[in-house]
Amino acid sequence: MAKRIVLGAVAILLVIAAAYASFYIAPTERTMGLIQRIFYFHVGSAWAGMDAFLVCFIANLLYVWRRQPKYDWLGVSSAEVGLVLTTVVLITGPIWAHPVWGIWWTWDARLTSTFVLWLLYVSYLLLRTLIEDQDRRALLSSLFGIFAFLDVPLVFGAIRWWRTQHPSPVIMGGQGSGLDPTMRKVLFFSALAMNFLAAFLIVERYILEKTKSEVDILQREAEAQ
Amino acid sequence: MSLLSNTATLLGKELRTEFRSRELLTTTVVFILVVLILFSFAISPTAEESREFGPGLLWLAILFAASLMLQPCFLREQTNDTLSSLRLAVTDPFSIFLAKLIANTLFLLLTEVLMLPLFAVFYNIPILPQLHYLLLVLFLGSLGISIAGTALSAISAQARMRELLLPLLLLPLLTPILVVSATVSVSLLDREPVVLWKGMAFLAIFDLVFLTALWLFGEYLLEE
Repeated sequence: MAKRIVLGAVAILLVIAAAYASFYIAPTERTMGLIQRIFYFHVGSAWAGMDAFLVCFIANLLYVWRRQPKYDWLGVSSAEVGLVLTTVVLITGPIWAHPVWGIWWTWDARLTSTFVLWLLYVSYLLLRTLIEDQDRRALLSSLFGIFAFLDVPLVFGAIRWWRTQHPSPVIMGGQGSGLDPTMRKVLFFSALAMNFLAAFLIVERYILEKTKSEVDILQREAEAQ
Repeated sequence: MSLLSNTATLLGKELRTEFRSRELLTTTVVFILVVLILFSFAISPTAEESREFGPGLLWLAILFAASLMLQPCFLREQTNDTLSSLRLAVTDPFSIFLAKLIANTLFLLLTEVLMLPLFAVFYNIPILPQLHYLLLVLFLGSLGISIAGTALSAISAQARMRELLLPLLLLPLLTPILVVSATVSVSLLDREPVVLWKGMAFLAIFDLVFLTALWLFGEYLLEE
């Protein structure tokens, strides 16, 4: 219990520090002005969300291989956390885009593939609600999770190569892209903070799922007697 | 070898079941027709707009039709619990998937070939000059739809609300197919046609990725 409280406190402190850094330490962007500061939160959440989905994919693979319920708990926990973080990305994106691009939404590669990713994991969680049997639910949703994750690079590639209008990436982009060193530090710090927060949330959600399944077992035992 | 001969036998069974009644094919053809006509009512395109949007609408209609057509694929094995006998009968459960997905690809292609002349007439798009390339896109796209769709219909058949669930699981997964085959078809049917080989290769890669995934994980989809 004490460990969980410490973990939670660190996560919250890191997020507060990241917020402070993005408001007061990072320099104001020349053309976009203050609104650009949402970028640190936005990109940080996006990375943490992707990481959560990666954890979900690994948990899905492990479940299919090992068939231990703990991997199923990890799968659903990380899918939910990833979905929340992706929702944050999809909300903060338009808040930034409206003053800067003049539009809320554009069917650009990264926006669209993030949205499809979001839809796929909504389907994953929805599928879980529609299968009663615990083992079957774990297995089938893991398999769907694997298919969904394999689809992500294909979605991204398809939209990137065949739907035009994409602003070039800032990190790992081509020539002419890049960030001010302070901005870069703040960005990596907020990404770290959001990842830590994601890890904390996944752990909490995992414990909840574990307790739920223990209660289920106890209930069934009680009914059997 | 047993994989191939098992698949051939099962494919024969799938085709016989369908061609006895032709229920699936007739319904799908009519469904695509209805959707195409409704699309043209909704946007009433000019000749130029037809060229630009027509192929996309055609693919959308195919996607919707497929998500309905793939429903019975595993569902009809449940009525008499024939799936467990099938699993006992074959050495490699992948042959069940292989037979079903080949059958589904054939059904889809057949409906598409029947729909293509009507599409050309309704949307005023000459398709004959580029027909062979168009058939190639239709083949690669339909194969991808069938591979992913067969896998997911095995999942949705075991859940509640399965009629709604399959389109919900399948359609987002097929986004790459829709984007690429629509783009390739648009540039094929343009006034100055271009064959986007990169797009064709992408569709082939999609098919390969999901076929491999199905080969690796297919047997778990059929577990009791």
